[in-house]
Amino acid sequence: MSDLAPSELEKVRKILGREPNQTETGIFTVMWSEHCSYKSSRLHLKKLPTRSDRVLVGPGENAGIIDIGQGYAIAFKIESHNHPSFIEPFQGAATGVGGILRDIFTMGARPIAVLDAIRFGPLDDPECGDRNRRILEGVVAGISHYGNCFGVPTVGGETAFERCYNGNPLVNVFALGVFRHDEIFFGRASGIGNPVIYVGAKTGRDGIHGASMASAEFTEESKQKRPNVQVGDPFMEKLLLEACIEAMHTGAVVGIQDMGAAGLTCSTCEMGSRAETGVEIDLARVPQRESGMTPYEIMLSESQERMLLVAEKGREEEVFAVFRKWGLDAVTIGEVTGDGKLRVKDHGVVVAEIPNRELADEAPLYERPHSVAPYRPAPMEAPDIPRSRDLNADLLELLASGDLCSKRWIWQQYDTSVRTNTLQGPGGDAAIVRIKETGTSVAMSVDGNGRYCALSPREGARLLVAECCRNLSAVGATPVAATNNLNFGNPERPEIMAQLVDAIEGISEACKHFETPITGGNVSLYNETLGEAIWPTPVMGIVGLMKTAPPVTISFKEEGRTVMLLGGLGTVDPTRFGGTQYAKVVLNKMWGLPPALDMDYEKRVHSAIREAIALGLAESSHDVGDGGLAVALAESCAEGIGASLSLDSALRPEFALFHEGPSRILVSTSAPEAIEKIARENNVECLRLGVTMKERLQIGNGSATHETWIDCRVDRLREVWENALENLLSPIPVG
Amino acid sequence: MRFGVVVFPGSNCDHDAWYAVSHNLGHQAEFVWHDSTSLGNADAVILPGGFSYGDYLRCGAIAKFSPVMAAVKKFAQEGGLVLGICNGFQILVESGLLPGALLRNRNLRFVCRPVTVRIETTNSPFTCAATKGQLMKVPVAHGEGCYFADQRTLDALEAEDRVVMRYIDNPNGSLRDIAGICSERRNVMGMMPHPERAADPLLGSTDGRIVLESMVRSMVSAHA
Repeated sequence: MSDLAPSELEKVRKILGREPNQTETGIFTVMWSEHCSYKSSRLHLKKLPTRSDRVLVGPGENAGIIDIGQGYAIAFKIESHNHPSFIEPFQGAATGVGGILRDIFTMGARPIAVLDAIRFGPLDDPECGDRNRRILEGVVAGISHYGNCFGVPTVGGETAFERCYNGNPLVNVFALGVFRHDEIFFGRASGIGNPVIYVGAKTGRDGIHGASMASAEFTEESKQKRPNVQVGDPFMEKLLLEACIEAMHTGAVVGIQDMGAAGLTCSTCEMGSRAETGVEIDLARVPQRESGMTPYEIMLSESQERMLLVAEKGREEEVFAVFRKWGLDAVTIGEVTGDGKLRVKDHGVVVAEIPNRELADEAPLYERPHSVAPYRPAPMEAPDIPRSRDLNADLLELLASGDLCSKRWIWQQYDTSVRTNTLQGPGGDAAIVRIKETGTSVAMSVDGNGRYCALSPREGARLLVAECCRNLSAVGATPVAATNNLNFGNPERPEIMAQLVDAIEGISEACKHFETPITGGNVSLYNETLGEAIWPTPVMGIVGLMKTAPPVTISFKEEGRTVMLLGGLGTVDPTRFGGTQYAKVVLNKMWGLPPALDMDYEKRVHSAIREAIALGLAESSHDVGDGGLAVALAESCAEGIGASLSLDSALRPEFALFHEGPSRILVSTSAPEAIEKIARENNVECLRLGVTMKERLQIGNGSATHETWIDCRVDRLREVWENALENLLSPIPVG
Repeated sequence: MRFGVVVFPGSNCDHDAWYAVSHNLGHQAEFVWHDSTSLGNADAVILPGGFSYGDYLRCGAIAKFSPVMAAVKKFAQEGGLVLGICNGFQILVESGLLPGALLRNRNLRFVCRPVTVRIETTNSPFTCAATKGQLMKVPVAHGEGCYFADQRTLDALEAEDRVVMRYIDNPNGSLRDIAGICSERRNVMGMMPHPERAADPLLGSTDGRIVLESMVRSMVSAHA
């Protein structure tokens, strides 16, 4: 267990004016853990842009809130559950979903979408493959179990594999909810004398010190921490959602907050701190699942599906009636006081007394040393890149690789269409859910790329923001706001801290440029096992808005359409090729830097594609991302229509087909001139690559040599791409 | 026409059914709470999808004991139309209103995807507006949708023309590809696919509307 550092203990003594007792020490330890206090990252998080005309609530609350017009708003956030998912994949991932859903509905919003960014060690890793497959299956089953039962559609996400996640998988869950402006609630314990009410599941010993566990590296002993992982009950959460929203509608609720990390401790002191009040509770009144729990255990329990709310004095019965209807516990456990203190009693005897503000907001802040170069796992210099012997085979190998293959096996286990709002679910560039009440739709994209960020955290982070915004634009949505999940190693190591600082600054630059303020998020540090850190893996979740309309999807629809590349073929040099999927999968190497990004140009490409979609000119639209142009083309053929194309490129074929230069979107259209006009007006390149046709994907070199680079039946491409994950998960036993 | 949509704790497609009936079809829909002993003045009842009471035991095994199911049984005995979708189908078989059982999917995993089903009979109030052999593209979303019954029951269902719809691409291992069946009196139907999720042009398919429209048509002709 990570304990208070000597300097932190000294600060505690100063705040209290005495020695803390055991319960108080426990309370300070969890509240000042990295997970709850952001003590290593907070100084740098201040660099992120957080405002725009649309931002109603920025960082600091349970979730950020954005105005979407007509009196409606959306609340959204991303959060990690990395450590628990390694120790117990099913429950770790399930409670990760549960936790972020509570963050959304505690603000008053009804969750309408979940996306997951999940990362594992390679499924065919010679040493860890078995375990990696088991973790993936457990995580997916956990997400499926919780989200499906709760009744929120899981509409998208991403799955990636790298060796650095062998001992440290990443499970980042994004959730979004919708409500009216007048339905927004805050986690504030306002009104002296108001009752503090505990609702939901009973408190048990599960999850004690989960927040501190999430703030430490993994060692061999970590496996013994399985009891620290909570157990989720999505049915209870569904009841809690309905009951909380109904209770809020009574008008008797003053403030509300979920009990997540650090449970009762965090919810009481944060609600008091935000309202500048005190909170007094008696633990004897807390509904308990087990007998003989100590005050320390009750305060630190992370039992799931619990909320703390403050009601208007005299109107408690209205709240109780709602919870009775839903069959849930609701008990007054204390009241709001005027002295600014968290006072915890046990059968009337004071067992802890701590000033709320100091506890919740005065955690020590660390300016961790970071004046070294960020750690790089690869050389800068490009190796000799051999001439490909068979570009067709290279493409098929890429389509069968873990990162690029279809993730259908995963997302078919998620309920993607419940609530009948899903205009586009998993498998598209961005997920789209409609808001029934307003005629607008929300598009969402989550994206990370540990490989790019390992080569350059700053450039990698900027590319992520650009990629998310491009995904949104490729479905016609205008990006408006963002949330981020920063997954890094041990910040006490300067070369890791330097990665974190660079990534935050990169996100900041890009989010300013693309006008997507960060409204909240999560920092997950100490992602290390036995001294080996994960690659720096910031994950962005960006939200866009559009008019509700049938979605433009990635597949070619008809034969004889013009295939265009908005943004042009792009360019690359050997150094910038070292982070590509081609380098990873075909060459089995990594070097150099991620692709170069021109943010001005990128933004103009986004405007152009949005305009083309708004005018109904694009029959299909697909962002060129990981794997490059050839992979994007193969994906566009997934519904059976192929294409015959020629690339008029001076680049060698491996680069032309597989480089991952940004700012490019594939479009098929029957109105090429109109799209060219839009491209000219936005001052971006737009090339006609060829036409769609039946059955085959053919890509040739359009310059003097007229070589054929790719020629393959589209059903073959599709078969390889769609079945790869299932094959990786059920390897044929050797011998 | 007035549809009652039953809400069990844990129902999560209740709102979808309500929306399809009221907004996509333009009929009245009202929620009926699980501890209600009456269905009010509903002309037809929908048991929606979800995880009633958490479904931690067999799906639907707790729901059958809820007060509202006594009212649903009585309603069915009097000839009222009862449509069970997904979890609703599971509840109908647990309650004995339909024969057989719904087991875990053959591959033991939850499956959510559009499937194609064929209407096998139009001799039911749930398909009377369709044509025999008509194909519907509708989503499934379930972990326990593998229809099972003993051979004699299956033969009887077929002999009595009570297999209302079959999968073209069986997603769960259901015996004889059964996707939906009706009761002996034909006024109770259970189906695993979600017609309410295929009732809005924006969502890619409106094929599911035929089930709800058939119910309306048969009620109108019954009232006439």
